[in-house]
Amino acid sequence: MSATGHEDIRHHIKTYIGVFVALMVLTAVTVGVSYVHLAVGLAVTVAMIVATVKGSLVAAYFMHLKSEKPAIYWILILTVVLWLHLMLIPLLSYLNSFHIPESR
Amino acid sequence: MEIPYTVEARPDTGLPNAKLGIWLFLASEVMLFGALFSSYILLRVSAPVWPHGYEELSVPLATFNTVVLITSSVTMVMAWAQLKLHNLGGARRYLWATVGLALVFMVVKMFEYGEHFSHGEYPSESTFLAIYFTLTGLHGLHVLGGIIVNGYLAGPGAAMWRTEPERYTNRVEVSGLYWHFVDLVWIFLFPALYLL
Repeated sequence: MSATGHEDIRHHIKTYIGVFVALMVLTAVTVGVSYVHLAVGLAVTVAMIVATVKGSLVAAYFMHLKSEKPAIYWILILTVVLWLHLMLIPLLSYLNSFHIPESR
Repeated sequence: MEIPYTVEARPDTGLPNAKLGIWLFLASEVMLFGALFSSYILLRVSAPVWPHGYEELSVPLATFNTVVLITSSVTMVMAWAQLKLHNLGGARRYLWATVGLALVFMVVKMFEYGEHFSHGEYPSESTFLAIYFTLTGLHGLHVLGGIIVNGYLAGPGAAMWRTEPERYTNRVEVSGLYWHFVDLVWIFLFPALYLL
């Protein structure tokens, strides 16, 4: 699987610390931006982009996805495709009446 | 009976079975939390009124919890790294640190819930509270599961190191994958519920 040499693991450990710092910074950014009270659409977009970056860091480095086998990648790609369908299917209920009520 | 491919990779997948298995399980968890997320989005978009998360919930407490959970992900992966360096003592300390941080997260959550309940803010009171308690409640149960598994690995489960060190290392790695996923879900839940 991944490297078992001591030097490689020490390099990994440095990466973990680096990712930790990045995650802390991004958490501060997430909270900081929320105080700016952006328009709803923009606020959601920014929040989700930052969350996706944080999640990608966790997935790539803590979960070792960067160096994983093709089988895992294919499972995840399939999952993402199915998940997008899952998120979008309920929108079919709006087909007859294309009116999403205004929220406050 | 000998469980196959706990250490060596299966030739067709290139992976030990447990690792493939946990990723498949995480894929199902994505669908579970994704379905609830989708419900949250639809409920919110179609509601005539919906409060901002920061009006109803404690952002400082949740920010603290976010830091706690991210740190616990670091200690979890450090535990695995220590096992790769053949340092069992260090690994167990990092595993206990992960458990400890997870317990802190749960205590803060219990306090949050208690505060809501004492003000009569039950899930039955509004759709906002209903989806908030559902999402964070399900996530909390997942944290609890992680506490039990990681506690076992830090405690009695560590005995496996003496006879099958690589298998034990793989167990810690696989549990780590689950734990990182729990952290990942929170990374999305936190802004979605508290900051928007």
